[in-house]
Amino acid sequence: MSFISNLINGISLGSIYAIIALGYTMVYGIAKMLNFAHGDVIMIGCYVVFTTMSGMQFHPIVSVILSVVVCTVLGVVIEKVAYKPLRKASPLAVLITAIGVSYLLQNVALLIFGADTKSFTSVVTLPSLKLAGGSLVISSVTLVTVVACIVIMIGLMLFIKKTKAGQAMLAVSEDKDAAQLMGVNVNGTISLTFAIGSGLAAIAGVLLCSAYPTLTPYTGAMPGIKAFTAAVFGGIGSIPGAFVGGILLGIIEIFGRAYISSQLSDAIVFAVLIIVLLVKPTGILGKQIHEKV
Amino acid sequence: MKKMFDFKNMKKGTKDQLITYAMVIVVFVIVQILASTGIMSSLMQGLLVPLCTYSIVAIGLNLCVGYLGELSLGHAGFMCVGAFSSAFFSKCMMTTGMNENLRFFLALILGTVVAAFFGFLIGIPVLRLRGDYLAIVTLAFGEIIKNVINVLYIGRDADGFHFSMKDTASLHIADDGEVIINGAKGITGTPHQSTFFIGVVLILISLFVVYNLVNSRSGRAIMAIRDNRIAAESVGINITKFKLMAFTISAAIAGAGGVLYAHNLSTLNALPANFGYNMSIMILVFVVLGGMGSFRGSIISAVILTMLPEVLRGLSDYRMLIYAIVLIAMMLFNWAPKAIEWRQRHSLKGLFAKKTKEVQ
Repeated sequence: MSFISNLINGISLGSIYAIIALGYTMVYGIAKMLNFAHGDVIMIGCYVVFTTMSGMQFHPIVSVILSVVVCTVLGVVIEKVAYKPLRKASPLAVLITAIGVSYLLQNVALLIFGADTKSFTSVVTLPSLKLAGGSLVISSVTLVTVVACIVIMIGLMLFIKKTKAGQAMLAVSEDKDAAQLMGVNVNGTISLTFAIGSGLAAIAGVLLCSAYPTLTPYTGAMPGIKAFTAAVFGGIGSIPGAFVGGILLGIIEIFGRAYISSQLSDAIVFAVLIIVLLVKPTGILGKQIHEKV
Repeated sequence: MKKMFDFKNMKKGTKDQLITYAMVIVVFVIVQILASTGIMSSLMQGLLVPLCTYSIVAIGLNLCVGYLGELSLGHAGFMCVGAFSSAFFSKCMMTTGMNENLRFFLALILGTVVAAFFGFLIGIPVLRLRGDYLAIVTLAFGEIIKNVINVLYIGRDADGFHFSMKDTASLHIADDGEVIINGAKGITGTPHQSTFFIGVVLILISLFVVYNLVNSRSGRAIMAIRDNRIAAESVGINITKFKLMAFTISAAIAGAGGVLYAHNLSTLNALPANFGYNMSIMILVFVVLGGMGSFRGSIISAVILTMLPEVLRGLSDYRMLIYAIVLIAMMLFNWAPKAIEWRQRHSLKGLFAKKTKEVQ
């Protein structure tokens, strides 16, 4: 039974990684940049829920919606202020800026909320599911996480396939200049991508903190980097890839923690990243892009 | 003195080097005078060795970021390797009655060589990648190094060394033995041998190494790779060799910084604060503020950004925040089209054009 419960925990953690990885993968696909601050947007989202729900006694759903709104706005503002002026700059400059934004968010949170660990109350208050005569318990957070992940992924795929804005995203990720010539509003599309990614980050953050209820200014950093690993694992730029990569990475992490060493679980996840990048840099579902002279 | 005579006709690179060496030596002399007259507080004096450490690692990282054009977020890992290997060596040799200075010298060599070896090993796979991927993989390697050191236990008794990755009990050392590396508790009782003088000497040596590299044929090859990889390859430059060379030297310098760091602390452990990704970012801030490609700038900004929060007491809470803003502001100032336009309008002719190096 411990194997099955580990597997379920892995899928649950993997679903959270998948939701975060969707944000990374969409932004990477369109803006061709690694949004290092994505993990810290998660943390900000968690703090919004924490303050409104535990501090101001808001209804959980209201505070989650509020958190999504705050993160969406934050994502768009970050893009406008920090990334947009650098669109033609070297990738190194953009990467350093993104690291700076990530660091800024962490330290602003540190100044506002302090360094002490806050204990997060789960937003999901349903009873847990007992199977096989009580020997297998699945918590309601796990169920909600997995369902949310699947719903979000299907929703996103439909959005990209069926709507005009989604098609514009595809066009911009293929070729920015050509898309502009075809009348696509490139700036608007990039903003929309950041908005969706950051909104998803808020949801992922709430689920993450509901499952692992400790909140510090550094809560988002590690899951952020791991979710990037998941996005690379699945093939960056691909939405189903982010899903597959996230789930696999979650399972690897939980199994590594359970069967190899709990202290080395991070190292195992990073080793996976390194192996994937060296063996198949395009990931499981990624496309091969050739560099032209 | 002979060199000073034709100072004006000297090559620009050589002049630049001499100014940097002179600056370091002048600062050293001033600090010595201040310390001996008692003007400098003990708090400030405690900061001198860390300052040298940061400057050295920043010089190393600058070689990687400014000249190789690849962002490494794993330099704290190389520092960590250098620190732990040298502290381990010093600890082991303490009982043998070896001359203290010789022991420290050997520890320094060992730490540097081990860090270089790790840089080489990690560089082989990592340098096949580019840009964002390279940054994230170096970050991953840095975190792996830190994680592994945190579960590493090494003890010694009459039978020799015992090694474990679980806990001290599973080392099975005899009662008279001692635990040298104690997992997350790290190494305690490293001899206190780093001094400001040694730090300054190390800075000068690192500067000498990087300046000679940068101004050599290999250095020009490295910069050619940075500016255009494909073009460099097509004129017959061996990309892998030169990338690996720069990366290894960069890692070795970071390792030397780590040795200095380790021998300044009585307890050495691998925390996220000292050898984690935050340290790598802090060093990156020094490099970026000082100017990518300018070793002198790296030293100046390391000194200013470390000293400033201590001098202005109220600022120390905001230290990290300032670092973050510095990173973003520097990048926007250097790269945003509006900032470039503004700079061209408001600068004296050629004053800025000379200083901004193009790094891609």
